Amino acid sequence: METLFFLIISLVALIAAILVVTCKNPINSALALIMTFFCLATYYVMLDAPFMAAVQVMVYAGAIMVLMVFTIMLLNIRVDATKKHSHKLIVASIIGFFTVINLIVVIVKSRAALPTGPFSGDMIKKIGHTELVGREIFTNFLLPFEVTSILLLVAIIGAVILAKKKI
Amino acid sequence: MENLNSYLIVSALLFTIGTIGVLTRKNVIVMFMCIELMLNAVNLTFVAFSRHLGNLDGQVFVFFIMTVAAAEAAVGLALIIAFFNNKESIDVDDINLMKW
Repeated sequence: METLFFLIISLVALIAAILVVTCKNPINSALALIMTFFCLATYYVMLDAPFMAAVQVMVYAGAIMVLMVFTIMLLNIRVDATKKHSHKLIVASIIGFFTVINLIVVIVKSRAALPTGPFSGDMIKKIGHTELVGREIFTNFLLPFEVTSILLLVAIIGAVILAKKKI
Repeated sequence: MENLNSYLIVSALLFTIGTIGVLTRKNVIVMFMCIELMLNAVNLTFVAFSRHLGNLDGQVFVFFIMTVAAAEAAVGLALIIAFFNNKESIDVDDINLMKW
């Protein structure tokens, strides 16, 4: 049953990802990308990471994609279907073919044989995923977490200055 | 819970589709969305390995990747708007001011 569910979600995710690349209209690409993000959130739930699924839906599908759709509508771009797709299609297909062969060969041949940590599925279910991730962020990863706030501040200032017509 | 390899194969396919999209499309916003797709494929790999190894460090990394993606989206879209104000286009072929 779970395998069937996994296959259905994979099918939806891959079809939506292909639609992102092939759609002529950027709005359709954005909607297909949101579909892919929801499929990834489903994967995170299946991997016992519900906090990551919630963040995926809120931050990616909710914030970043709304920003993108907003920009597409703000710019009011004409869809030019007459234009040729791209002459680079063959080159890109070859590169993509080798990328996928490379990745899958590496995956099938490799073994993830690191020492396993203490977080089993039962422990995550008992204590709660959000609490465990929060403990990890605020103890072992405190400095990167604080640096993240500086990164966001710089991004805010940069975006305002770039988008302004006259400073 | 599924086998680890199936998640990794889905992630590899998503990453490849994103790569092909970046190489073939000429619309800057669609290229941008393909980059987001590639970032998400990597996130899926991180979470799958994190669950497989029983170690939460990978999920904290996913958290940071999402922060970087949000910052990237804000700055990148501001750049696209600034470029559109100058050239009335978002085609990558028109971005050739610094081409030698």
